[in-house]
Order: sequence, then C-alpha cells, then structure tokens
Amino acid sequence: MSEFTILDLLDLDLKEHNHLSLVCIAGRTGLSRKITTSKISRPGLPLSGFFEEFSNNSIQVFGRGEQAYLQKLEAEHNLASIEKLFKYDIPCCVFCDGADPSPRFTALAEETGTAILKTSLLSSDFSRRLYQTLDEVFAPTQTIHGVLVEVYGIGVLITGESGVGKSETALELIERGHRLISDDTVRLRNISDNFIIGMGENPLLAHHMEIRGLGILNLANLFGVGAIRDRKQVQLSVKLEPWDAKKNYDRVGEGSLHDHFLGIAIPMVLIPVKPGRNIPVIIETAARNERLKKLGYYSAKEFDQSVLKWLESESARNMYNINEETH
Amino acid sequence: MVTREVKVSNRAGIHARPAANIVKVANKFNSELYLEKGTMKINGKSIMGIITLGATYQSTLTMICEGPEEEEMADAIEALFQNRFEE
Repeated sequence: MSEFTILDLLDLDLKEHNHLSLVCIAGRTGLSRKITTSKISRPGLPLSGFFEEFSNNSIQVFGRGEQAYLQKLEAEHNLASIEKLFKYDIPCCVFCDGADPSPRFTALAEETGTAILKTSLLSSDFSRRLYQTLDEVFAPTQTIHGVLVEVYGIGVLITGESGVGKSETALELIERGHRLISDDTVRLRNISDNFIIGMGENPLLAHHMEIRGLGILNLANLFGVGAIRDRKQVQLSVKLEPWDAKKNYDRVGEGSLHDHFLGIAIPMVLIPVKPGRNIPVIIETAARNERLKKLGYYSAKEFDQSVLKWLESESARNMYNINEETH
Repeated sequence: MVTREVKVSNRAGIHARPAANIVKVANKFNSELYLEKGTMKINGKSIMGIITLGATYQSTLTMICEGPEEEEMADAIEALFQNRFEE
C-alpha cells in the first residue's frame, strides 16, 4: 500500500459488521490527508494540555468522554489545547455516537483544513472496527500468479507456470460446485502475522477468467452467484508441474511440505500433471484430506498405525505357531 | 535480465486487445516477461494479469525480461508500446 488517504477510508467498501458508517461533516479540504499508521488516538490527554508522546499521525477518535470534556473547555472559554491540537498535522477527527461537534470546533477544523467525520457507532465499537480495517489496509501484501478457489470450505491456491492448466483446473472445480475467488492474479495479505487472506487484485475485474480458445469469461454470469467469493483465507497451496519421471513425488502422504507466503507457512502439495490425470479430483481429495487433518485425523499416519498394529498381532500369532511346533 | 521502462502512449490505455497483443508477442520468445506498476508485479504472459495492472494513458511500466531470448523479447515488447499497439 503506497498511500492511503481519508478519502480512501471513506471509499472502502465495508459490509455489515465491518461497516464504519462514516460521513464527512466538515473540513473537506483535509480529505486528501494521508493515514500512515493503523494506530488510533483518543485525545483525552492532549485536550487536557498534555502533548508529550502525542500520536499526532493517528486518527483522533472523540468518544462521549472527550466530547463532554470539549463542552466543558468551551464553556470555560479555554480553547488553547483545542487550538494546539489542530496545529499538529492530524489526519482527521472522528465524532462517535452520532454526536455533532460544536460550531467553534467545526470552525477551527475548517480553518486548518482538517476533516471532521461522524459515525453513529459507539466509540468502543468504532475503534475496534477501525483498527481491524486499518490493520488490513497496512498489512504486508504480495501479488501472486495463480488461481484461488474455495474447495469444500478450504482456500486452495493453485500455482504453476503458465500453460500448465491452472485456469482449466479451476474451471472444472467451479463446474463441480466450488467457488472462484480470483483467477490469474491473487493479492495475498498477511493479517497480523496470523494467516493469509487472498482476494482479486481489482474488484471490478474479479471473477473473470481467460480460457485459451474461448477468451475472457465472466464466471459470475456463467455459473451464478454461488460460484464466486470475494475473499478467502489461503489454507492449502497446490503446485502444478509437468510430470517429471525422475522426480520423487510424495507417495505416502506425510504432508511435510510447506510453502511460505509473506512469512507464513501454508501446507503444500506438489501435483505432477500429465494427460489422463484428473487434477480437479486430486485437488478435491487434497482439500478433503486437509479438512480431516484440521479435525486431527491424518490418513497416512492412521494407516501406518494400522499397519504397525497388524504386524504386531501377526508376530504374536507367529509366536504361538512357533511354540506349538516346539512342543 | 533486461529491465526497461515503457510508457503507455495509446489513449485508451492497456485494455483487452493490447493485453492480448503483448501476450501474443511474449509467447514467441523462450523467456519470462514481467510487468511492474507501482507495487504490482505480474506475469506478462497472462492477459488477465496485464489488464489488472490498470495501465492508463501516460502511465509508466517497468518491463523485466528474463531468459535466453531476453534482449529480443524486450525489443519486441518495447516496439509494441512505441507503436501504440497499432491504435
């Protein structure tokens, strides 16, 4: 993310429980100011005159307490700290609980070209949502050449060199009822060093796919709204590569392979492609297996346990046989 | 590796047809092509990738060619940009 302004914040398409319900009520000239940090400031201390360690590059959130204090200051005609607050290059002020700032405060904001925003949310709720939003905006991102699909609830990122059949594989998966998040370019975001969220690069161009021989297709129109999704956590990385007879592929399924995106390890499967191999079915199975693993069931390990148990009981039986022979 | 700056000089910017043109030319060479705009870096052999760059009129892209025929590829792609994709 190179630059993020107040205007970008107002333009964000956030839905339902993420919605910030922000409106600009004054200081429109300040909408081009940049937000450079995901930190949020509650300006109680600065208003009381204490400006040390003042985080002047964060958004200033005025909750009920700050609003009451502003009223008190104005009633006492003590505007020094408010004026000083506006002398700092603060990105913007947000008034919560649907409250309006006083005309004096608005006039000061207009003078200094600082935007004042208003939200109907409670300050605690607003702070949480804003923090979450900004955290995502400032999260490290990476653009990847691949396809992101949701298969049985697992976000599967399919990568491989061009021409190996990523899009065709994804198309078959969608045909089987799975969902497309993005074809060709996937933007990955590292969310608080915890997990990776993948989405299309551009919401206007998302859910389109280029299939050699057919051209550009709109998947949402062709397969319906059930075939698409806006974003999804990446939980499995599938690498397609041309079949190499000399290479050793995983034959047991210990699942020790991992792929790293933005410093986060994602389980990976390497799938060799050759005519006659049904890649979508293999990916579906990999996704099912991944779900089983999340539930604590490791197919390969359980199988090995069964083999060990069987061998043990067989050797116990053999003991009997040996004993009988000697008697 | 060859790195060059190219400028979009056709009025409409890089939409579907110019993108298809770039991919067509790029596929003739045994080398990789990457295009960069701002923080985005995409594979130049993918139509959807090039379109998502959102390369508008007068914007500058960084072209990176890598492989055995990188010089020839860079020349060919640069020529496309200079001819305004024949628009």
